[in-house]
Amino acid sequence: MFDFWSILRRFAYMLFVMWVVATIIFFMFRLMPGSPLTAFIGTTFTDEQHDLLVQRFGLDKSLFEQYSLFLVNTLKGDFGLSFTYNKPVIDMIIEALPNSIILTLFSLLIAYIFGIIAGAYLAWKRATLIEGISIPIVLATRSAPEFWLGMIALALFSFQLDIFPSGGTSAPGVIYASTLDKLLSIDFYHHLILPSLVLALYLQGLPLLLMRSNMLEVMQEDFITMSKMKGLSSWRIVIYHAARNALLPVATAFTLGVGFAFGGNVVIETVFSWPGLGRLLVFAVSASDYPLAQGAFIFLTGILILMNFLADLMYLFLDPRVSYKTAN
Amino acid sequence: MLANLFKIFKENNYATIGVSIYLIFIIVAIFADFIAPNDPLRIHFSGSGLARNLAPSFDFYLGTTSNGRDIFSQLIHGSRNALAVGLSAALAVAILGTIVGLVSGYYGGWVDNVIMRLADIALGLPFLPFVIVLAAFLGPNSWNVVIAIALLLWPNAGRIIRSQVLTLRERGYIESAKVSGCSNFRIIFVHIAPNILPLSFLYGSIAIGWAILTEASVSFLGFGPSDVISWGYMLQDAYSSQALSLKAYIWFLPPGFCIVLMVVAGFFISRGYEEILFPKMRN
Repeated sequence: MFDFWSILRRFAYMLFVMWVVATIIFFMFRLMPGSPLTAFIGTTFTDEQHDLLVQRFGLDKSLFEQYSLFLVNTLKGDFGLSFTYNKPVIDMIIEALPNSIILTLFSLLIAYIFGIIAGAYLAWKRATLIEGISIPIVLATRSAPEFWLGMIALALFSFQLDIFPSGGTSAPGVIYASTLDKLLSIDFYHHLILPSLVLALYLQGLPLLLMRSNMLEVMQEDFITMSKMKGLSSWRIVIYHAARNALLPVATAFTLGVGFAFGGNVVIETVFSWPGLGRLLVFAVSASDYPLAQGAFIFLTGILILMNFLADLMYLFLDPRVSYKTAN
Repeated sequence: MLANLFKIFKENNYATIGVSIYLIFIIVAIFADFIAPNDPLRIHFSGSGLARNLAPSFDFYLGTTSNGRDIFSQLIHGSRNALAVGLSAALAVAILGTIVGLVSGYYGGWVDNVIMRLADIALGLPFLPFVIVLAAFLGPNSWNVVIAIALLLWPNAGRIIRSQVLTLRERGYIESAKVSGCSNFRIIFVHIAPNILPLSFLYGSIAIGWAILTEASVSFLGFGPSDVISWGYMLQDAYSSQALSLKAYIWFLPPGFCIVLMVVAGFFISRGYEEILFPKMRN
């Protein structure tokens, strides 16, 4: 059995990394060129109004005071007010978060289901023409910029063939009573298909190549030779004996992939005008909306670090050979 | 090293294709001024006004943009930026990863501990969002993308090189070097470094593709320099000028193909090189 204390230590370490990253973010945004208020202040503002704003956003306090306030508020989930929208940043993030989560999970599921099956199949077809053609194609899909694939998909399926909408999460003019209503509407999924397929096309390469190389390794193990000698059918061997063992690193990669995909979604969300966390960040950075950019960035980082931690734990649960006592 | 590189050429299909693609792009980049028929930023006029959205012709091989600029010339000049960013990022990642791996693995102890914790932190930052924020912080410039990539990608190379150094450190010839009074500096860079150079090269070649893709994404999102022609800039220009609804495939397909070619070539080189480094990977 694994050691409870080692998990706790791992958890404490994760919190430490989060704290360091939050500190880096804080100072990075503070040291950015230009006053953070330039985007906020109109040309007609008087000096008095200006001072009032400086006070309201706490910019008159010392850097250290701002930093400790920032840490306390971040723990409370308070990221301040957005400069451009004058709304609490946390509300905007919570509004964008479901869109990002659904897009990410939907595309990852498609990518991993396809990748696992295709990877196992290609391992089985080792050293055939099919493999010789498929592997370079897979490498090429991993080399294409996501946003370019998105542009092609939009031009073809949206503007040329008019099958899918050209962006957003709902048809223009449609207003839903609640977020849940929106997420349950058919229209939402009609909008989801194109961006998630493009994202999946980009993401399938990793599970596919991983599954293939794991399968090749597992197929050489003694217990597979044993099954062959027992006269089991090759399908049975591939599915029941080899695939089960090869899946383990793929499962870990999936967890890591969630955190990673969240960060990478930035471009796909921008191309498809998908109102998620990544697009919020891009907007915030280009509008010099520091509280919003800071909040969105912290959320993206938090998800990534949390997923790294979960992937670690998963390895522990799934593979009894890995013991935290020996690893540390 | 050179003999090794030559060996790749002869032995490995993947590497041969990859290196050939790079050679072609390098030639195009060097002679871009002669190959491109027009200045990539020049705005062309026709009899009736701005020469916008022209179809391909002998004057403009790939037609013009909605601002009347020559697409083909932009494509040719874009290879310079991609190569510069890709190769310098590769160099930066390889150098940083090698030094960190060498120092961390050789000295061990608290030095190793601090460096490995830094690596964890670098891996805890979301890649593209970090590059965007850093590009906004440092200003729109291709070199800032290179800096950001080097800052985030060194841990991968550093960790692998470190573990290699850990085993090299225990070898007999290092022991004898120590006994004969070699300085640590000399042991690290003269006796250990040559053994891990192939790994540095491998991680450098992986970084090429990442750098080109990242630079394109950053330009596409509008955080790149506006006065440098790059493929990412071309795609951003096309996207924001409604090239999609105009179905101007000839405008946005070629830059993407060039990016794919260059990144694939990087993958091919690293893959071929890996097969030579680790012969077990071959059948």
